[in-house]
Amino acid sequence: MIRHVLWVILLSVSTLASAAIDTYEFKDNATRERFQSLAAELRCPKCQNQNIADSNSPIAEDLRNELHRMLEEGADDQQVIDFMVGRYGEFVLYRPRVTEQTYLLWYGPAGLLLIGVVVVLLVSGKRKKAEPGKPKANLSDVEKQKLDQLLKQEQTK
Amino acid sequence: MRRLIVIVPLVLFVALGLFLWNGIGKNTESIPSPLINKPVPAFSLSDLLDEQQTITAADLKGRPALLNVWATWCPTCKEEHAQLNRMVQNEGITIYGVNYKDDREKAKIWLDNYRNPYALNIYDPDGKLGLNLGVYGAPETFLLDAQGIIRYKHIGAIDERVWSDLRERMKQLEVN
Repeated sequence: MIRHVLWVILLSVSTLASAAIDTYEFKDNATRERFQSLAAELRCPKCQNQNIADSNSPIAEDLRNELHRMLEEGADDQQVIDFMVGRYGEFVLYRPRVTEQTYLLWYGPAGLLLIGVVVVLLVSGKRKKAEPGKPKANLSDVEKQKLDQLLKQEQTK
Repeated sequence: MRRLIVIVPLVLFVALGLFLWNGIGKNTESIPSPLINKPVPAFSLSDLLDEQQTITAADLKGRPALLNVWATWCPTCKEEHAQLNRMVQNEGITIYGVNYKDDREKAKIWLDNYRNPYALNIYDPDGKLGLNLGVYGAPETFLLDAQGIIRYKHIGAIDERVWSDLRERMKQLEVN
């Protein structure tokens, strides 16, 4: 009995965890899919670590409504993006556009990788240069005698 | 040459450190508005206090002014309201109000209770003007020049410190 009650409680609580759910009607499935992908790529300005599909905040709801209205009226993706950026700035894009300001963002990692590769090549190049021939020991005559003695001692042991 | 290469990681580290240090304490809540230096978006909405009256963007021209977006459901708006009243009363500036996604009756009662600092009260129940202004959380305040061009935006409550900054910006607009 208690187990049943617990199950009921668990099931009723778990629905609270679901994301914002609205009931939108779409003219076709393609529009529905575009709505979902755009809502997932637009960032909620108020709750900055959520996209507008996930967020329950009023502004995210407004933006979803606006997105739905635009798509139903036949706007293409670029028009939607321009509309949002025109009001809320580049900030709303989870995938920032490639502009002068975002060159560092887009090409920085590749640049760092390139620097890393160059450094590795330089370092390994130096190693190779040092290897050919046996390492030369700069020992004076006195030191050589000492070394011979030590080696002899070692052998006689 | 070798020496220089050894220094490279240190330089990179310092650069990264400065970059990250620069970000500390920055208010990430307020995002820069793309509407700066653009005119107030066109609108035609009713007057909060008089349903018959229509207000348009042209009514906001004439002199530098603040455009304050507020609502009765917004606690921070209540916080800044006395400050707005003081600014109008003591310094004679013009503030236009946008009542954002609110209830007309509640808003009227609020203005009766806390005094009305606004030269014009724009009633925006659907938040359409708010959306076009890129509002995402009241209160937000826009600084307009005499031609109705948005010159600056402040997100959050206006207190004495914020106002002294806004006052300077406003004075500069008046000079130009």
